[in-house]
Amino acid sequence: MIEVKNLCKNYGKKKALSDLTFSVKKGEILGFLGPNGAGKSTTMNILTGYISTTTGSVKIDGFDILNNPIEAKRKMGYLPEHPPLYPDMTVAKYLSFMFDLKKVSLKEEKKQNHIKNICNLLKLEDVYKRIIKNLSKGYKQRVGLAQALLGHPEVLILDEPTVGLDPKQIIEIRNLIKGLGEKHTVILSSHILSEVQAICDRVIVLNKGVLVADDTAFNLSKGEFCVKYTARIQGDETQILDIFKESSFIKDISSLGEKEKGVYDFIVEGQAGEDIDVRKAIFNLSVENKWVLLGIHTNQMSLEEAFLNLTKDVKETDIPKDDDLEVLLDQDSLVNKDDESDLKEDLTTDKIEEEKDVSDI
Amino acid sequence: MLAIFKREIGSYFNSAIGYAYLAVFYFFSGLYLFLTSLAYNSSNLSGVFGSLITISMFLVPILTMKLMSEDRKQKTDQALLTSPTKLSSIVLGKFFSALFIYTLGILITLVYAITLSFYAPMEWTVIIGNILGMILLGGALISIGLFVSSNTESQVISAVISFAIMMFLFFADGFFQNITNPTIKEFFIQMSFFTRFQDFTIGIIDISNVIFFISFIVVFNFLTVRTLEKRRWR
Repeated sequence: MIEVKNLCKNYGKKKALSDLTFSVKKGEILGFLGPNGAGKSTTMNILTGYISTTTGSVKIDGFDILNNPIEAKRKMGYLPEHPPLYPDMTVAKYLSFMFDLKKVSLKEEKKQNHIKNICNLLKLEDVYKRIIKNLSKGYKQRVGLAQALLGHPEVLILDEPTVGLDPKQIIEIRNLIKGLGEKHTVILSSHILSEVQAICDRVIVLNKGVLVADDTAFNLSKGEFCVKYTARIQGDETQILDIFKESSFIKDISSLGEKEKGVYDFIVEGQAGEDIDVRKAIFNLSVENKWVLLGIHTNQMSLEEAFLNLTKDVKETDIPKDDDLEVLLDQDSLVNKDDESDLKEDLTTDKIEEEKDVSDI
Repeated sequence: MLAIFKREIGSYFNSAIGYAYLAVFYFFSGLYLFLTSLAYNSSNLSGVFGSLITISMFLVPILTMKLMSEDRKQKTDQALLTSPTKLSSIVLGKFFSALFIYTLGILITLVYAITLSFYAPMEWTVIIGNILGMILLGGALISIGLFVSSNTESQVISAVISFAIMMFLFFADGFFQNITNPTIKEFFIQMSFFTRFQDFTIGIIDISNVIFFISFIVVFNFLTVRTLEKRRWR
């Protein structure tokens, strides 16, 4: 449905997007993740024809956005980061105007029914006759979403669709988008990782204009990083730590403290490698040293951790010129631990606030 | 184009701009009707039309200042530019909306003429010529204002620069009176809106003057479309 090939965008000397290639199937919900300035909004603006590409192509259902802009745009509904609302209009007049602007061919009576159905879907009936400038931020966001849905476009591009909504509305809109995904192709960007995890079939992670991951949220969070286990062992804590550290199968181990009398929990990180199963190493070492292994379970990495791993700081000079992307993406030397911990702290704060919001419902 | 046209017309009357423009226009045209015609028991409206040119030059930038810059500032241009509507339709929709309000103002002179015709014979060719000239002149001024508005987010800057350009074009012949080079002097005389408008005031509809104003409208609307297109390629 959407085909993006070798997309590059430069703002003067600044490279906003570098060789971005991906496609989205019909009926798929794709999430865009990335820190601020990663190129999410730029990509969306290019997809919708608001700005042009420097190089590369975008096809919407076979129509090139530069060569056949009218046909391509006819298939899309777009909610930008700032909903494009005319504050002096009423919701009814605005949606009627946007309907006409999108050149949806429906008779007047059907047009009004169509608009009202969308308003019902987004619970805008109460503010239907009100002037947009007097609406709350949440309502404005919903009006913006309503205009994107006008004409039932095959592709929906939503830039942070739940910004400004209260927790109840966030859940409603998430469910709505998930429902829309059954009939429409949806691309959405969000800073809320749990939202992307909950809604999207697939996630694309951008960092400084470079595509760093393209997979399902589940795969991203399990991925190659999933080599951590929590083991509950009865034995001497210091001895366990020392012996595990000496093992060639184990990369790192840390104690979570005493959980029962003489029983400790440990986070064990195994060495990466297909033929290494760290669970066997934990079991064998426990048997050899006559410790009692009371339990062992995997620590699946959260999407937040996957996101942090993927968006490790890429230095400006390291942004690939054109064809050396793959080589660059393999380099671990680009990690900036300070930035990583700062970002992690921010994300933890966001998560705490989000959890607080949800608990308030 | 029709959707944009209707929205812009609605926008003029949702805000005070439409009412303020027409009120000021009607007030001054009425004042000049009294001062130049009624006070002398004359049915000659040339004084009214003469004064309306100056009034238009002051008021048209108020009509055009928000046409493009407001969309850019409010980010509503994203809705326009991502819709399946051609850029030329967006520009023409906005152009004709401003021209419609402007024409609503100008048509008051027709009301004056019809009213006066009950009391005195009227020179209808002169009146029609004046009204046509005013509409063409207004169209040219609006296209300049629209172009300037598409280049800035600030409505104030848009109005001030539009006014400066309009004033320059209006009095181009006067500004360059003392130029010795005859080619340059002739160029500015030909470019002067004031000179071009003169024939209309005496009821002569010279096709070269009509083409001049229409060309101006086409060129500046084209430049506005190019400005919008260029912004996508930054």
